[in-house]
Amino acid sequence: MTARPVAARPSVAIVAARHGWTLGLAVLLALLLALTKIIQPAFGATGLEALVRAALPFAFATAAMTVVVIAGGIDLSVASMMAVAGVTGAVLMQNAGDGAGALLAVGAVLLVGAAMGATNGLLIVGTRLPDIVVTLAMLFVWEGVALLILRAPGGAATPWLRELVVGPLVIPGLPPAATALVPQALLVLAVILAAIWLPLRRSRLGLGIYAVGSDETAAFRSGVSIGATKVAAYTLAGVLAALGGLSVTLATGIGEPIPGPYLLASVAAVVLGGVALGGGRGGLLGPLLAVFILRVVRLDLTLLAVDPNVTTIIEGTIMAAVVMAGGLLAMRERRS
Amino acid sequence: MGAMREAAATRQDGPEAAPAPAGPPILDAAGVSRRFGAVVALRDASLRVARGEVVALMGANGAGKSTFVKILTGALKPDTGRIRLAGREVRLTSPAAARRAGLVPVYQEPALIPDLDVGDNLRLTRTPSGPFLHWAAELGLGAVRLDARAGALPLATLRVLDLARALAAEPDLLVLDEMTAALPTDLVDRVLSVVRAQADAGRAVIYISHRFAEIARLCDRATILRDGTTVGDLPIAPGVEEQAVELMLGGRLSAPAALATRASPAASGPPRLRVRNLAAAPKLAGLSFDLRPGEVLGVVALEGQGQDELFEILGGLRRPEAGRIEVDGRPRAFRHPADAIAAGLALVPGDRADALLSVRSVRENLALPALARPRAWGPIAMRREAEAVSRTIARLQIDTRAQGEARRLSGGNQQKVTIGRWLTGAPPRIFLLLDPTRGIDVRTKRQIYALVRDLASEGVAVLFYTSELPEVPQTCDRVIVLFGGRVVDALPAAEADEPRLMRAAYGLTEGEGGADRAREAAP
Repeated sequence: MTARPVAARPSVAIVAARHGWTLGLAVLLALLLALTKIIQPAFGATGLEALVRAALPFAFATAAMTVVVIAGGIDLSVASMMAVAGVTGAVLMQNAGDGAGALLAVGAVLLVGAAMGATNGLLIVGTRLPDIVVTLAMLFVWEGVALLILRAPGGAATPWLRELVVGPLVIPGLPPAATALVPQALLVLAVILAAIWLPLRRSRLGLGIYAVGSDETAAFRSGVSIGATKVAAYTLAGVLAALGGLSVTLATGIGEPIPGPYLLASVAAVVLGGVALGGGRGGLLGPLLAVFILRVVRLDLTLLAVDPNVTTIIEGTIMAAVVMAGGLLAMRERRS
Repeated sequence: MGAMREAAATRQDGPEAAPAPAGPPILDAAGVSRRFGAVVALRDASLRVARGEVVALMGANGAGKSTFVKILTGALKPDTGRIRLAGREVRLTSPAAARRAGLVPVYQEPALIPDLDVGDNLRLTRTPSGPFLHWAAELGLGAVRLDARAGALPLATLRVLDLARALAAEPDLLVLDEMTAALPTDLVDRVLSVVRAQADAGRAVIYISHRFAEIARLCDRATILRDGTTVGDLPIAPGVEEQAVELMLGGRLSAPAALATRASPAASGPPRLRVRNLAAAPKLAGLSFDLRPGEVLGVVALEGQGQDELFEILGGLRRPEAGRIEVDGRPRAFRHPADAIAAGLALVPGDRADALLSVRSVRENLALPALARPRAWGPIAMRREAEAVSRTIARLQIDTRAQGEARRLSGGNQQKVTIGRWLTGAPPRIFLLLDPTRGIDVRTKRQIYALVRDLASEGVAVLFYTSELPEVPQTCDRVIVLFGGRVVDALPAAEADEPRLMRAAYGLTEGEGGADRAREAAP
């Protein structure tokens, strides 16, 4: 009767169970990098830098998809939004000059991204149509908008912004060798995503996004505003997609109005990263590791001179195998 | 009914039985109506609750209780009507708004987010964890893990945690919807005394329940809904149960037929189902019993004594680790529900969501088991199906106003469909009913009792687990009591009074011949 109120301490088992998937992915990535070094002994700082730079747009697309999927939705228009953001950035930067104008251009692109995402979210909440239907329609709409802005590849990227994602990290006062293995692009990615994700994870909005994805009725009854939370999730995805589009423009130096192969790749990384497609479960780190795993697999297969058609078969097989292995582990855990 | 009168009398004589406090009500809702398309769910509902009161909200299933509660707690908007809280007219536009106004509900389904841990669920509703842990302990949960994922906790724990969270919000008005439906008896006692203490401390509670015994023990008044209209407001006093039932049913109640037509001879002859030493760690530890044709065998147990596992094994959902199952003398092993169904066993699970196709029509739900035989993939004889389905609907008196999607039916009617789907084709030889009357109204309950007796008189063998002990003498021929995964007592239903069953269910009959009788259950 007089049991004192106690909050039990988190156990090692719970922590391991919660982050086991992410840890597993990190180990897998390390093994794959080691394998790359074995296949191509010359693989080093330069190779790593190229890898990260190529992975940058995929990483942002995946982050956008992750937020929406955790909220219980899906955004098929990610790649098209990236195209709109990319060409908008290229046009604005071409006319902006070198200094603060470029920063204004970046801000404008992020606003455009937020507006596109908010449009997606408002349409989904307002029409009550399934997310997959609305964002499929918007895939075509944003694709058209990108072509209206820039009929053919063109525009330009501000040189000093391009420098940001090129080369190894240089910290003044430290010898370059100390940070030679850390690509600058990785730092940019980590800083931006941490600045968005960490505060979100600790906010009521972040909790709401997980709650809505997990059980909409229960979330509503807990006082979460379902519509506003969904719109916020899609808006955030729009901003992240805009960052992805910008990274494409910065990498190539011009704006490309035709959407790149980012949609299916982001869904693949989300699934491989341990985010439940039904919503409510998973984090950002897993999908990001998955992005790099998928890129390294592709790199290794290229280095091994595997037929590109076979490459996609192998990629698909790896994805299915890893996800199935995870399912088996989870099942065994439940039994014991 | 006797228990009801006694309990009511105690409350009347007891020191805490103050007369319903006068003064302005904390909640005053009047003229509330709401329709869903063509269906009028609420017509003219009203409810007044004063500080210090526990008011029961009663009504048959489909009377509009759930709709009324959703409106009162901001989850639904009313079409007409006004709601006053502490004298001020309010518009409760969302559950969050209701919560801020001091009105906190505990709904029938747990409202914790399954993928968040308990701590995050608290943060979501801005509930301080100190008071929450205090109430959780008060309600009989010892150590609560704030880092446990809500979806991994058992249903009973979730409901109590939901209540603890509501109490920690210090609500002026607590709304409890079928709070005790899924709770084991010991937790029910804790809940009832905590809730009563809330009212005695000057707060107010709306208590929705089908259990008269709890209402008699806990409530000061009962407000009765029928067809979406408030038809009565009764002080809890001796004899109130009959009045309440009369009001709820509006004279549509036929006498409890189940009792009157109870004429099935104690079934004899070889058992249809013989279970020997059934074991499945950790819940089943060598369970044995016989079930004869034409017999209704009651199963009584506290939560988690192996009854769920027993029914799952017999339904082909789970495989035992040891033991024998014989149907008509032939040993059987079910690897799939289809095996069990082929052997003549049909399972009505405790959670109707496990059985119903919630977005398909009543017709399809009723026809599926009869049509889903593996070798019958060809065209469906539509007319024969329609006839068979109509027969089932008539036999079970299913209200088909909302027949397009099964999930739109009221709880009682959904339960009828879950049972009726096995009666559209040839009836099963062995019918496994796992708490078929949980959380449904009196009228539907009585119809289910009558149906069970009816099936038994046709020669069906029925295994009937119930969490409501008064159902045992009403419906069963014999009863077995499970404790710790074994049969600890077996007796004719006529001798199965509540105290005896309770003692056995708590494992207290050892050394009084209970074990011997248990052995007799499986001669």
